[in-house]
Amino acid sequence: MKTLRNLLLLCVFAASAAWAQGNLEIDTPAISQVRGAMQARHAQLAPHYASGAVGLTADGRVELRDAAAVPLAQRQAVQALVAQENGDRDALYREIARANGHPEWEAEVRSTFAQRWIERAQGGWYVQSGGKWIRK
Amino acid sequence: MNRLPSVMIVGTALLAGCVTINIYFPAAAAEKAADRIIDEVWQLKKDSQTPAEGKQP
Repeated sequence: MKTLRNLLLLCVFAASAAWAQGNLEIDTPAISQVRGAMQARHAQLAPHYASGAVGLTADGRVELRDAAAVPLAQRQAVQALVAQENGDRDALYREIARANGHPEWEAEVRSTFAQRWIERAQGGWYVQSGGKWIRK
Repeated sequence: MNRLPSVMIVGTALLAGCVTINIYFPAAAAEKAADRIIDEVWQLKKDSQTPAEGKQP
């Protein structure tokens, strides 16, 4: 009975120690660089989220879903923005998984981000859900 | 005694918890990390370390 109780205590301790480490590493130089680039780009992307030209996909990326909502002259620039943003997002998910010693977590990091981006998108933005675009 | 089995079950569950926590994807920690980065990228928090560009909602 006493050993059981000790075992129990040990486990509670070990579990809480593991719990205390419940933060993912997101402050490596590679991750910080991507975060900075994405933040700087957001000012340019935000109007296109609002107009519905660009939406948030279910796989944690962005997509030019309605090119007609962008004036012809700007269309190419917006396409480039979307491509750069997706490059950074892919790098972000990959680097977070790697920085935490589990490259195989990339897909799960991506799906966690996808849910959070969509959840926190502003009203009026388009998000992908069940293969369809929905206006929040 | 009736308590022994339940203590053993709890003990086993906790032991399993000890082993699994570091193997499986830490979903809660990942959500927290995602929220921190989203705050920063979308500039949703006024107290973030990044200087605002003079925009106040």
